[in-house]
Amino acid sequence: MITQMLFRALDRRAIWLVAILIAVAILVPAGNLLLPAGNPLHVPTYAVTLSGKYLTYAILALALDLVWGYCGILSLGHGAFFALGGYAMGMYLMRQIGARGVYANPVLPDFMVFLNYKELPWFWLGFDQWWFAAIMIVLVPGLLAFVFGWFAFRSRVTGVYLSIITQALTYALLLAFFRNDMGLGGNNGLTDFKDILGQPIQAATTRGGLFAATAITLALSVLVCTAIVNSKLGKVMIAVRDAESRTRFLGYRVENVKLFAFVVSAVMAGIAGALYVPQVGIINPGEFEPSNSIEVVIWTAVGGRGTIVGPIIGAILVNFGKTIFTGALPEYWLFALGGLFVVVTLFLPRGIVGTLHGWRARRKPIAPPEPAPAALEARPAE
Amino acid sequence: MTDKTGTMLYLNGVTVSFDGFRALNKLSIIVHPAEMLAIIGPNGAGKTTMMDIITGKTRPDDGEVFFDGRTDVTRLDEADIANLGIGRKFQRPTVFESQTVWENIELALKKPRGVFSTLAYRASKADTDRIEEILAIVRLSSRKSELAADLSHGQKQWLEVGMLLAQDPKLLLVDEPVAGMTDAETVETAKLLREIATTRSVVVVEHDMSFVRDLGSRVTCLAEGSVLAEGSLDQVSANPLVIERYLGR
Repeated sequence: MITQMLFRALDRRAIWLVAILIAVAILVPAGNLLLPAGNPLHVPTYAVTLSGKYLTYAILALALDLVWGYCGILSLGHGAFFALGGYAMGMYLMRQIGARGVYANPVLPDFMVFLNYKELPWFWLGFDQWWFAAIMIVLVPGLLAFVFGWFAFRSRVTGVYLSIITQALTYALLLAFFRNDMGLGGNNGLTDFKDILGQPIQAATTRGGLFAATAITLALSVLVCTAIVNSKLGKVMIAVRDAESRTRFLGYRVENVKLFAFVVSAVMAGIAGALYVPQVGIINPGEFEPSNSIEVVIWTAVGGRGTIVGPIIGAILVNFGKTIFTGALPEYWLFALGGLFVVVTLFLPRGIVGTLHGWRARRKPIAPPEPAPAALEARPAE
Repeated sequence: MTDKTGTMLYLNGVTVSFDGFRALNKLSIIVHPAEMLAIIGPNGAGKTTMMDIITGKTRPDDGEVFFDGRTDVTRLDEADIANLGIGRKFQRPTVFESQTVWENIELALKKPRGVFSTLAYRASKADTDRIEEILAIVRLSSRKSELAADLSHGQKQWLEVGMLLAQDPKLLLVDEPVAGMTDAETVETAKLLREIATTRSVVVVEHDMSFVRDLGSRVTCLAEGSVLAEGSLDQVSANPLVIERYLGR
């Protein structure tokens, strides 16, 4: 069954995309580590980290596209799952610091010493182990999505109401994580990381490894999403998106279909967050900002929702634009982002990729019609 | 009312109000296995509300609704009821517009509906044969790879009938199937429904009297949420109450 599904996932477009991502995973770190700094093809370390960050955003946008573009659930809180995955990774990285912190406490992170913690809170136990942190990166966002989705979809909360409560979810988490008593660093979050899996986190080799891991994870996400979208379940998801109650009258449990997509998507977002944190070196409650989640929606819309390539292109392009723009005219970035969203909504409602597909389909000559249907009077075989 | 054993659909004293408006008022209807019933009546008589109640979209305030003589459908939701074997065609043709004709039938085809079984689903030879067969019956074989959105209104109606067939239900609820069809298509639809009714129960709501005549089935006239008259089309249309309230003089 698994091999069959993988086979189905490998449609031509997905093969290309995965091949490109694997090439990028090899070439970018190689261009950084193997080529001397004077070589025109040399990739500076900061660029490796920056593009690694873009790729984690691409995973997040793809995750959102699975629920929004294919299943019609406009989540305005996907940043919450991303941040939870990020916090799980951050907790692991904090515990790797050990006695190298400012206060040199072998067990307690600096902020806990500062806040007079006597011992490690219970929910920090286990995070010194990589395997435990890896499980939590998947489990915490997945579980939250499951519980939230279970109640929301069963109660048939849809459309703008669902969007609003997802927004409330991420805002509530923002407020909670700001508190110092939460035991997660409050306002400052978690930072000053030293090692990941025994490797110094600032080293160029570690940066390259993290970049490659992100590109490979994105490739795997593409495979998972393509497998889901190309299956009959993918067709049911599109049916739910287009005519929810009709799908119900066909006997499909719409709430379960949505719940499945939502949980898979949240897990992907959590993994993206976990890859983001070691590359940017910090996780703080700001990642729960509702505006972050809305930005993800914009990336997806710009690239083209309901396509696999679209959100990846959208996330990379918009964030590249953000990097350039905030460098040149920092005050105007939000205006540019808002303007971009308006332009895309008005003139490219299907996003860049969707619009390109539309052009190509129109330019393709219309296939010769199949033999005309039998005359109405002639009854077909029964 | 009579015993419910041996009936396919049994409505007894069903009442439902929306904001004080009584959409159904002690409605009682029986449909037997492999029987067709045509329901006529003026706008607002409760025809569509009745279908909403049978398919679980609306809960009755009072009364009982039994399927297949034993299952109380007022306790179940839409998906459960659909899986029991009640298929519904909507008044406005509702097909999945962004998917192909083939995919529409494939989605409706009677197969396990769970998340993981649909994820792992692969069409068997029997399944594709059945889809081809249904497409031939509803005359859409030549358009199977086109998007449902590109079909004409009448063809969408037929596609929805095809989806009903693919569901393989025991009871079909068909709401205004011939709206937007040409005369020839209307005649064909009546023929198809009559044929379906040889093995399954069919309830048809329709305004088109010549189509109802073509169906040649028992007729029930609803008005203001309850049964006004029952019998053959000739009996019902000769009923003075029906003439006054619905057909007009």
